[in-house]
Amino acid sequence: MLSPAESEALWLSLSVAARGVVFNLPFAILVAWLLTRTRFAGRTLFDAFVHLPLVLPPVVIGYLLLVLFGVRGPIGGWLHENFGIQLAFTSTGAALATAVMSFPLVVRSIRISLENVDRGLEEAARTLGAGPLDRFFSVTLPLIAPGILAGAVTAFAAGLGEFGAVITFAANIPGETRTLPLALYTALQTPDGDTLAARLAVISLSLGLAGLLVSEFLSRALRRRLGR
Amino acid sequence: MLRVELRKRRGAFALDATFAAPTPGVTALFGRSGCGKSTLISLIAGLLAPDAGRVVLEEDVLYDSDRSLSVDARHRRIGVVFQDARLFPHLRVRGNLDYGARRVARETPRPVAFDDVVSLLGLGELLERRPHELSGGEKQRVALGRALLSQPRLLLLDEPLASLDLARREDVLPYLERLRDAFAIPIVYVSHQFDEVLRLATRVVLLEGGRTVADGDIATVSRHPQLRAIVGPDSVGAVLAGHVESVDTTGLVVLRVGDAELHVELDGAVVNQRIQIQVLARDVIVATVRPSGLSVRNVVAARVISVTPDTGRAVLVELDIGRTATVLARITSRASVELGLTADKQVWALIKAASLRGHVFTVPAR
Repeated sequence: MLSPAESEALWLSLSVAARGVVFNLPFAILVAWLLTRTRFAGRTLFDAFVHLPLVLPPVVIGYLLLVLFGVRGPIGGWLHENFGIQLAFTSTGAALATAVMSFPLVVRSIRISLENVDRGLEEAARTLGAGPLDRFFSVTLPLIAPGILAGAVTAFAAGLGEFGAVITFAANIPGETRTLPLALYTALQTPDGDTLAARLAVISLSLGLAGLLVSEFLSRALRRRLGR
Repeated sequence: MLRVELRKRRGAFALDATFAAPTPGVTALFGRSGCGKSTLISLIAGLLAPDAGRVVLEEDVLYDSDRSLSVDARHRRIGVVFQDARLFPHLRVRGNLDYGARRVARETPRPVAFDDVVSLLGLGELLERRPHELSGGEKQRVALGRALLSQPRLLLLDEPLASLDLARREDVLPYLERLRDAFAIPIVYVSHQFDEVLRLATRVVLLEGGRTVADGDIATVSRHPQLRAIVGPDSVGAVLAGHVESVDTTGLVVLRVGDAELHVELDGAVVNQRIQIQVLARDVIVATVRPSGLSVRNVVAARVISVTPDTGRAVLVELDIGRTATVLARITSRASVELGLTADKQVWALIKAASLRGHVFTVPAR
């Protein structure tokens, strides 16, 4: 049904988006926590900084990633020297780029559910002998699970479609970083690529629709568990 | 003994509370809404930092501002039942009950067993349910069980019945009585409903505008002017604590209070049990000669202690009966003048047996 190039682009997209979610969530939960539960100097600036990917052109993000995480960049160089990890022009780099782009949306989603957590439940857990970390994992985390799920779905969907930051930071390498949108773009640049482009567009559409349905189903199940 | 001495300022509201609660036993924190009861509970539990003071439970200092000492709430071993139950919505009833139990330190003794709590509070049917599938009363019973199973040395109950309607309250109250009588865990019970206090507590701490204005046994505090102001003229009445002298076949109970004997209608009383009854001031009639041929069961010799003006044209007569107990009678000031009621006058107090509100305490009076 799918040509090898098409299924390669599809699986690569899924894998990049999934790894993007994995990069995203721990940091997004931490940042959402800092922004809702703590007061520190420069909080407003920090908040604005977190939201930057929403307002900057994706190419700028890709460029900044290249500067920081390129093999000669301060972080990328260190990773390369010490762990032999290369991010630029790799699929892991593509995942990082998608993670950075969707980060503000994920933080926002988790933050809203954190703000809705009844602090009284954490107090109750404390009187029952639970320490701070214990309270977070046994009470807060399960209660914000719907928000985390919504954030993860957003990050995943955005990861499937991210174009500008990926192509700038990770380039358009077949089998490595050529995800669905990049493959579609390449097809459009190729003579006689119209059919391929249309097929890739249909794949993207089906994927997006399936993703939305699955997330709706999961969040309903979670809410039912929490009795809302 | 629980000794509390705490100060906390929050905006315009200042809390300054000092009281002692015997352990075991039930001590009621009584006062109007907004008098600082819940704040005081949070301070004792360690959920809120006081400005200054001390909290000592038995020999353990839980908080002492002079020594900059404050034990974290999670190590205080104080079980709290909140007004809104605060059950964890993502856990089933069993998971909620286990939450505290699983966090009890290994070296802590565990006198409270899971099965005992489940049967005492009637939770057997509810174990696999989720909190949103429970009624208000069931939620509070689960919250009680959860607190008990954390093996607390003290239970703080913060108006556990306030969010329930009257019928649901009656569903939960018997469980509270059973809990009180089954475990030797001291309880501080917050309420603004005096009938709950009468039913559960033997000591009362009266809180008004953030200050403790009285702290004593329920009989004494029940006559406190500020408590009278809170409950309103129709509910003013002295509480008498006594024990069951005898029970006749018709269920009429003879209650001994000091030297006096009172006949009370009460279900389920057993000889020697502790009974607390409230004698409403509006139900007491004062006579200067011993009347006869009346339906009233209790005609008790009494001595006038004082006559004080009450609301409207009424006066409140404080009467000593049986040398150790005091009742209040609310009569018109005109009647008081015509009878010549003054301090130390010998009179008769007439109390209808059917009008007494009594409650049984399974623990024998000590």
